[in-house]
Amino acid sequence: MTTKRNAIGILMGVELVLNGANINLVAFSNSNYGLLGIDGQIMSLFVIVLAAAEAAVALAIVLSFYNNHQTVDVDQASELQG
Amino acid sequence: MHSFILATTVENLIKSADLWPFNQVHSGVWAALIHTTLVGLFFGLPAFVFIWAERKVAGRIQDRLGPTRVGGRFGWLQSLADGVKLIQKEDLAPDAADKMLFRLAPYIVVVSSFAAFMFLPFSQGLVAVVMDAGLFIALAVLSIEVLGIVLAGYASGSKWSLFGGMREAAQMVSYEVPLGITAVIPVVVAGTLNLGDIVEMQNGGLQNWIIFNSPFTFFAFFVFFTVTLASNKRAPFDLAEAESELVGGFHTEYSGMRWSFFFLAEYASMFFVSALAAILFLGGWWTGIPPIDNALTSMADSSVGGLYLLRVFGMKVILVKAGLMVFVQIWIRWTLPRLRIDQVMTTCLKYLVPMSCFLFLGAVLWPLILLSSFSEPRATLLDFEPIGERVPKRVLVEKELSDEVETTLLGHSTDDKLVSVHKTSGGAQ
Amino acid sequence: MSELLFYLYALIACGAAIAVVLSQNVVRMAFWLVVSLSSVSFLFFLLGADFVGATQLLIYVGGTVVLLIFGVMLTSSGPYKTIQNSPAELALSGMIGLAFLAVISSSVFSVNWIENSYRLAGAKEHHDGEQLKFGYNDETEGNTTRSLGTALLGVRFDKDYSPEAGKHAHSHGGEEHSHHDHGEVTVSTGYLLPFEIVSVHLLVVLVGAAYLARAKRRVDVQQA
Repeated sequence: MTTKRNAIGILMGVELVLNGANINLVAFSNSNYGLLGIDGQIMSLFVIVLAAAEAAVALAIVLSFYNNHQTVDVDQASELQG
Repeated sequence: MHSFILATTVENLIKSADLWPFNQVHSGVWAALIHTTLVGLFFGLPAFVFIWAERKVAGRIQDRLGPTRVGGRFGWLQSLADGVKLIQKEDLAPDAADKMLFRLAPYIVVVSSFAAFMFLPFSQGLVAVVMDAGLFIALAVLSIEVLGIVLAGYASGSKWSLFGGMREAAQMVSYEVPLGITAVIPVVVAGTLNLGDIVEMQNGGLQNWIIFNSPFTFFAFFVFFTVTLASNKRAPFDLAEAESELVGGFHTEYSGMRWSFFFLAEYASMFFVSALAAILFLGGWWTGIPPIDNALTSMADSSVGGLYLLRVFGMKVILVKAGLMVFVQIWIRWTLPRLRIDQVMTTCLKYLVPMSCFLFLGAVLWPLILLSSFSEPRATLLDFEPIGERVPKRVLVEKELSDEVETTLLGHSTDDKLVSVHKTSGGAQ
Repeated sequence: MSELLFYLYALIACGAAIAVVLSQNVVRMAFWLVVSLSSVSFLFFLLGADFVGATQLLIYVGGTVVLLIFGVMLTSSGPYKTIQNSPAELALSGMIGLAFLAVISSSVFSVNWIENSYRLAGAKEHHDGEQLKFGYNDETEGNTTRSLGTALLGVRFDKDYSPEAGKHAHSHGGEEHSHHDHGEVTVSTGYLLPFEIVSVHLLVVLVGAAYLARAKRRVDVQQA
């Protein structure tokens, strides 16, 4: 997520990060290794749903960005710079 | 992991036989191999048969004979001839193509279609993987197919493929919404996502089939059928294969076996959703004729041979039902004209989604209406109860509660509130 | 056997994630993301969370990645656009990533897992009461759909049902599940409110994304 200038690459990085958190939640909800019970899986369900929603909105923003700048290189979004 | 019915048999066999090559490898590997072969057979053979059937039926509808040369008078080895022809074609890829993704896309489509067969019960106990969320997992795996289509369209490097691929992906993704809703309607009626259990409770006669459970499920069957037709890119929703419009859509640049993978996946998916419709709505492996079903069940209970007979007969019944539905799909393809992409999306978003939502609402409210309109409480018009009602209820151990119970919700008393908790009730179920 | 599978798929997931970052072409990045997400889904199945694993496949792979690829198609300005990163940027980002990895690794390795596993095993005996059995598989083997569904509707029968409920000395994380000595019973709250909030959230997202991405007249670059 920090190495990409392509806006969609950044979105993919965000998905990976949220996925990592999900694995953590589900792993600790396993009955052999954790005490979360079913709560961990519910939390991870919510994370999945919210991550998908966030990807949708972020993609809409990227499309607007493309419509205005004709590029997806986020380094070009420098109109508010200094 | 979950229990494999055939796997345990295989494992026991291998352990008892103790043959040298076989016991060096973990027996789960052998079980997995056997399962994979069987599922692969059930994946490939229907595709084989239905490709021939399509050409024959298409020919008859168009007032000609169809294939008649290969394999006798009916040309039933035509698919084999097609396969041989396709194997010996040159394997080329366009220069502008992204080589890795170009080669990978057909495999993604085939793998997702094949993996869905793992959860399909062909008869009582004849299922590769028994999972209690079987229907949901099967639909989830089917949704990976979209990715293969998009990658195929993109990686071909030509604009026809790209347009075809994107249209196709938009269509398949949009139709997953009504597919999910209408597939959940029988789940609401049955109370379980396990496909084997859904069929088990359609035992006992034609009236127990879920399609006849309520008017909502009756219409849900037709909506489900239409939606799966669109999800499989079959006519009249077949823009991707619209040879007259897009040269071939996402599979323009593919030749030989790679092209045939797409079609293998398509025909296998057709069979899969037909079998799914048969399982969810049409009674699965029960014939619906009570004498036959009862005879089979009693034979199965009494002897192992009877169980085997039930399973084989049930498998034939499912194959016949699924085959009939595939025939209807082929029939529709060669009868109706093709829809434009905007008509396809309109159908989905403006007609099928509200329809499926309304049917879902109706199917959920139906038992409640029935409960309130009869003198004694009954959940369905017939002797049919969802599985949630059939599982023995757990009764809360009635604790000896002293005098008055002050039930609190987070420390507040419930004396003047709407919510109250009874002291010996069965509580939350 | 399941350990071997775990290591294999964990390796694939991490490897594919690294390939996402190192890839030059956006569509290949999407493909490696698919590989990573699918292996994570398989890890979920291994952990006995069937429903969550299937949801991961359905929503992430079948939805989000397709969405991302659509975004790539709609915004690409050349067939195989590659983005060249300068070495300074790579070094800086690499340092940030490594710092984060160090933080997480140190927190993971500072937990005494062996000691905690005894505590977990001890607690597990309390938590076992009788297991509810619906369907073929046990709750611990993946039959989680029923518990998830009822918990989302606000009914936590996995907590309120055990006959051991009266003997619980400690509460399980989060829920107010206390039992007082004179026979009070409290009911766990479940997740109905977050469920409804998420539904409204999704509606808002649907409307908002459709509005943001509507077809506008393209701004001419010459006028800028």
